[in-house]
Amino acid sequence: MSEIEKTIPIEVLRYRPEQDTEPILQTFQVPFTDDMSVLQGLQYIKDYLDGSLSFRWSCRMAICGSCGMMVNGKPTLSCKTFLRDYYSAGLRIEALAHFPIERDLVIVMDDFIEKLESIKPYIIPKTPRALSEGEYLQTPAERDMYEQFSSCINCMLCYAACPQYGLNSKFVGPGIMALLHRYNMDSRDGGAEQRMELVHSEDGVFNCTAVGYCSEVCPKHVDPANAVNINKTESAKDYFLRFVMPKGAKSGAAK
Amino acid sequence: MKPRAIGKRRPYVRPMAGWWRRNPFFVEYMIHEGTAFFVAAYALVLLVGLVRLSQGEAAWDGWLLALKSPVSIGFHMLTLVAMAYHSWTWFNIMPRTLPPIFVAGKRLSATAITSGGLAATAMASVILLVVVWRLAA
Repeated sequence: MSEIEKTIPIEVLRYRPEQDTEPILQTFQVPFTDDMSVLQGLQYIKDYLDGSLSFRWSCRMAICGSCGMMVNGKPTLSCKTFLRDYYSAGLRIEALAHFPIERDLVIVMDDFIEKLESIKPYIIPKTPRALSEGEYLQTPAERDMYEQFSSCINCMLCYAACPQYGLNSKFVGPGIMALLHRYNMDSRDGGAEQRMELVHSEDGVFNCTAVGYCSEVCPKHVDPANAVNINKTESAKDYFLRFVMPKGAKSGAAK
Repeated sequence: MKPRAIGKRRPYVRPMAGWWRRNPFFVEYMIHEGTAFFVAAYALVLLVGLVRLSQGEAAWDGWLLALKSPVSIGFHMLTLVAMAYHSWTWFNIMPRTLPPIFVAGKRLSATAITSGGLAATAMASVILLVVVWRLAA
């Protein structure tokens, strides 16, 4: 049997709101080669077996963060996961956990986008700076303080890995906290105080119970659990220091 | 003609019931969090001992005798295993909870933090064992 004739059963969780009252599993037999990603398997289904299958994808090389899915119950980028690893038993693909399903493998990501906007994910200068003053200078040591957190591609796998987000979607969640921390830790930024409001709030870091799965599943080796837990300490410091300092601790002064 | 529905969108929210059984990682999480009950139970045993001590010699001797029962020894063995596992998992997650620590300009690795914590636990346990042993002798 030549390699091209290999087939693998792919079970896909379908949800077509106009006809399904709840998601149902559908199995497709997909021919595959050893270099095919799970995403390519889905593309085969869409091109040759069932054109109505919906899923998001773009870059095919783990940088756009669009193709996050549950593969055998684990949050993964489908372009970075290979069919050969599931041969011959097959695999089950579902929409990212903890998010509402819009259709098939497409989730509703409005909540994530709103949270992303809310943390001001850009550098807020400490003081206004004229162009004539030139560029900001930053040492490698200063850059190291935030660099890993800046690798986030907004793929939301960490949200699908976070049971606390699944139980309470008001929780800011791992990825957004990692990005918030990324800007707070940047030596060029002066917006930490504005962002810390959210960290301290009811929906903030204390929803986290240190499951730690968010950091395990991150395809870009960001450590969101670390960002969340560092900010628990910052938040606790802020709470207690308010009793001894006239204007409360400057939590953003963690730099 | 009836007005068309505003939209065909009907987002489906999946239930969370039994979430921790869905992934081996979550099962392990529940087990290591569960070991905290053994920590609490052991604290309770010590607390009872303190109360019995305040009630006089007979009460104290009774408590000591109760500790020697097979059920008590079994419980203590189980607690020891649970505490060891509790410490192991606690120090494994520790690097994720700390801000970066720099020693001589280099960031301390996760392995160094975990093994440092485990070594400190082992050392504290041995010291405590030796001290109690000597006091008892």
